[in-house]
Amino acid sequence: MGDLSDLYQQIIVEHNRSPRNFKKLPHPTNAADGSNPLCGDQIRVELQLDGDRIADIGFQGSGCAISQASASLLTGAVLGKSRAEAEKLFQDVHAMLTAAPDAPVDAAQLGKLAALAGVRRFPVRVKCASLSWHTLRAALQEGAEPVTTE
Amino acid sequence: MTTVSRAPARGPAAFDAARLRADFPILSTTAHGKPLVYLDNAATSQKPRAVIDRLERYYTTENANVHRGVYDLSERATAEYEGAREKARAFLNAASTREIVFVRGTTEGINLVASSWGRSSLQPGDEVLVSAMEHHSDIVPWQLVCGERGAVVRVIPMNRRGELLLEEYERLLTDRTRIVAVAHVSNSLGTINPIADIVRLAHARGVPVLVDGAQAAPHLRIDVRALGADFYTVSGHKMFGPTGIGVLYGKAERLEAMPPYQGGGDMIKTVSFARTTYADLPAKFEAGTPHIAGAIGLGAAIDYLGALDWEAVAAHEQDLLAYATARLRELPGIQLVGTAAHKAGVVSFVMGGVHAHDVGTIVDQEGVAIRTGHHCTQPVMDFFGVPATARASFALYNTRADVDALVAALEKVRKVFS
Repeated sequence: MGDLSDLYQQIIVEHNRSPRNFKKLPHPTNAADGSNPLCGDQIRVELQLDGDRIADIGFQGSGCAISQASASLLTGAVLGKSRAEAEKLFQDVHAMLTAAPDAPVDAAQLGKLAALAGVRRFPVRVKCASLSWHTLRAALQEGAEPVTTE
Repeated sequence: MTTVSRAPARGPAAFDAARLRADFPILSTTAHGKPLVYLDNAATSQKPRAVIDRLERYYTTENANVHRGVYDLSERATAEYEGAREKARAFLNAASTREIVFVRGTTEGINLVASSWGRSSLQPGDEVLVSAMEHHSDIVPWQLVCGERGAVVRVIPMNRRGELLLEEYERLLTDRTRIVAVAHVSNSLGTINPIADIVRLAHARGVPVLVDGAQAAPHLRIDVRALGADFYTVSGHKMFGPTGIGVLYGKAERLEAMPPYQGGGDMIKTVSFARTTYADLPAKFEAGTPHIAGAIGLGAAIDYLGALDWEAVAAHEQDLLAYATARLRELPGIQLVGTAAHKAGVVSFVMGGVHAHDVGTIVDQEGVAIRTGHHCTQPVMDFFGVPATARASFALYNTRADVDALVAALEKVRKVFS
């Protein structure tokens, strides 16, 4: 059984209320759309790549607090990172979200993203947290199809 | 064929929600350590002991295939299965059991008509009228057959309260209209549509009407002959019966004119490689071994409903609806979606600044089960400009205490997001 305060940590509630980088980029080099049609969560991730580096990132969309906070945290975490570093973060977050509820979380490695770990106790909400991450990955892979985590 | 119809074991009893709750074992269970408050009845209803026991009795003592065996057990299974058909006939007040087709549920009932009637009747340029508040199951089957036949789906609009605009409907009824398909009660808004008026206007132009009765069956007494509907379809699981069984009523002359929906055993008279002749109604539309246990269980649910005092049930449900509406209106930031003058026990709402799924997860922790999302009515969500709603839907066993538990849980939601 999950504990609500695990899921709706202060940082999640706060990022939902005031999402970071909630913006449209003027000339994105990469972009992708993600949606979970059954939930109604929708997200668009836009990137400004400077060579291999994510020079700017913006997201737009609507959905539950988990999906919006996860996207907001994502933008802060990958801004300035290389493709390989962003891919590594995707793998770490994916592993955290799909691990057993009691598995340890490497807070030093994940920083603020560790706040998303509480989602593991609410299996039906994991797809909300992972949507923006899959969308980021699609944006980094040019020409990818719109993604869904349902 | 001989049919067996058992009268309900008890006569009409005065309505008592507390006594009724004892008939539904699941209502005594817990969720997250709290007493279960089940408010998702529009998705599926809970089952009374009488239905659960009936299924067990069937599988324990009566299980055999129907319409086939010459042995005693098969004859008994057949008698019970056909007895359930008679119960369904009486429940809908159809003229004959020939007009009662067992299907998987309302979705299959609509697909049967869209496919069988639609493929044999629709021509390029023809129009199918559906309403703006239809469930996806009363939109998509028509889109499929219209796409195939070059016909067009047109939409009867509604107002901001979630009431159909009958004048617009009248304008949409033209020489091109071939059928009208409309819900009796909206699953996401709770609106009770004026079916008799809708049928009268359609029939004035010779247009048949299909009614999606999935949400009406657990709340209203249904009389297909008084309504005049050409087709009326219900789901067993929404009216306290098993999943996977439902009923399609069709006027005999309509069903007779339609080709089979699926081919297989039981729906034929004779088969040769050169030519097959089809069974009479209703077997023509029941290919393959049916959901025998489901039909018999549905019969038990109909018996259960038949023993209730429906005036008292209606009064109780209207009281719950009025109470829930008033309590939710007291909460700050709640916007009700669906405020028709005539409603069944459905309260859809959005909470300012909080997504419906967050509402659903948090109230679940308090043991309160509600539906969140688009309720398979995405066009309704688009119309009201919301991505999703939270929906509490009542059944006859809910009480004011259930509403109070919901309101207390919603206070918790506000606290989390404050």
